Amino acid sequence: MSRENLRKMENFIALALCTLAAMFGLFWLIFILGDVLRHGISALNISLFVNDPVPPGIEGGGLRNAFVGHLLITSCATLIGVPIGVLGGTFLAEYARGRKIARAISVLSDIMVSIPSIVVGAFIYAVIVKPFGHFSGWAGAVALAIIMIPVVLRTTEDMLSLVPLTLREAAFALGAPYYKVIIQIVYRGAAAGILTGILLSIGRVVGETAPLLFTSFNNSFFSVNMNGPVSSLTVTVFQYAMGPYDTWHAQAWAASLMITIFILLLTILGRLILKWRYSKR
Amino acid sequence: MNGNIIKIEVKGLNFYYSGGAQGLKDISLSMYQNAVTALIGPSGCGKTTFLRCLNRMHDLYPDNRYEGEIWMDEKNILQRDIDLIELRSRIGMVFQKPTPFPMSIFENIAFGLKLRGIKKKTEIAERVEKALKDAALWDETKDRLHGSALALSGGQQQRLCIARAVAVEPEVVLMDEPCSALDPIATAKIEDLIMKLKKNYTVVIVTHNMQQAARVSDYTAFLYLGAIIEYDLTDKIFTNPTNKHTEDYITGRFG
Repeated sequence: MSRENLRKMENFIALALCTLAAMFGLFWLIFILGDVLRHGISALNISLFVNDPVPPGIEGGGLRNAFVGHLLITSCATLIGVPIGVLGGTFLAEYARGRKIARAISVLSDIMVSIPSIVVGAFIYAVIVKPFGHFSGWAGAVALAIIMIPVVLRTTEDMLSLVPLTLREAAFALGAPYYKVIIQIVYRGAAAGILTGILLSIGRVVGETAPLLFTSFNNSFFSVNMNGPVSSLTVTVFQYAMGPYDTWHAQAWAASLMITIFILLLTILGRLILKWRYSKR
Repeated sequence: MNGNIIKIEVKGLNFYYSGGAQGLKDISLSMYQNAVTALIGPSGCGKTTFLRCLNRMHDLYPDNRYEGEIWMDEKNILQRDIDLIELRSRIGMVFQKPTPFPMSIFENIAFGLKLRGIKKKTEIAERVEKALKDAALWDETKDRLHGSALALSGGQQQRLCIARAVAVEPEVVLMDEPCSALDPIATAKIEDLIMKLKKNYTVVIVTHNMQQAARVSDYTAFLYLGAIIEYDLTDKIFTNPTNKHTEDYITGRFG
């Protein structure tokens, strides 16, 4: 075989292997999404959103408690995690820029991003749930916040580092104090990126089950009391999917679909913000 | 009147970067009020380093060190207890590359005014208009004041930065190669501007362009390897330099 033919052959084999690998990955993704969509849509109805669960065997009932509880826990987690993440990222990119401590914290939070979420759940169980003696929505929110913080922190740090030093110097040269330089100039320059990071971090935690199992647990009744167990969609999916009843299975599919759609929307929104930001220039 | 009163007097200034490298060696010179002082010299000779000493820009980065004295209005601005925010509000700076803030044209100029504690909307609007007129940018921007400053051309952005620097009425304006990123037409506009500025301000400009130094400045300092080789009236430097080095540089034989 000539060298040229051999080269073409190698090229063809490499291309074929890459394509196959991509198709394999895509196949499962589409399979999962398709399955969730197929089962979920058939189980969607108004009652799912407006009614609380009823005992098995009785018709109707919904997951209002889980929808509200999930929203509550996620919102509280965002309120706790985002300020800490953004301020921490600001410290790394501004006040500690170039110092060893900034590098160390960056590396640590990179490690934290990949800690299995169940470990975070067990940790919160040990430090909050156990001492207080009961499951609580707060414990769930704190667990999710801990997962969010390193994501928000690192994105904030990266986005702030992208703002050119000359822009800061220009503001300093006008006689601006550092906090005004950060709030009025640097944050403005990095706003779209930070916002996207926040949205992605919400997307990251909104589908978490493990940290909630140990912390906010579950609640078959409607409850917005964050000091007690609060229901969430993901834990409900876990419980219902394992249960013996067909109505539970259907509702678990519907809940899965709603979580998936929510994450999809968050991701799309994040992308749109970035795109809108860069097209404006 | 031109160039009789000393505005800034530098005495025996040495500057060391955080790594220990010496950026400036025993610099002494006086810059006169309402005059344009040009700093020329080959790349890396310390022109920008010197300029950034005058508003203590080096303090933004840790472990930079000054030695010597810089006197401005009977105060040594290298003193430890100097209020840098106050100092920088008296000494404006225009950078090599345009540095518009990511906000509207109006807000870019209002930013500095608000830092000075000016709150009245009408006063801010008046001073923004005046600054833009001073920077010969008003006609091009009056219909788009609230549009993004990032949408302006490079030359317009640089004039905006000059407007922003003069809007707060500093006493001294430092310019670090303000035309190096601009085309000849934009450069001509900014040079006109510099000559107008000296009526009200003391201007110190770093430039790589000999003709520019000759055109706009009253005094010229030639720096080489962090030291001042020659400092005199611009006419004298360009027509009859005393130092062989200066002559070689100006005539383009080296540098």
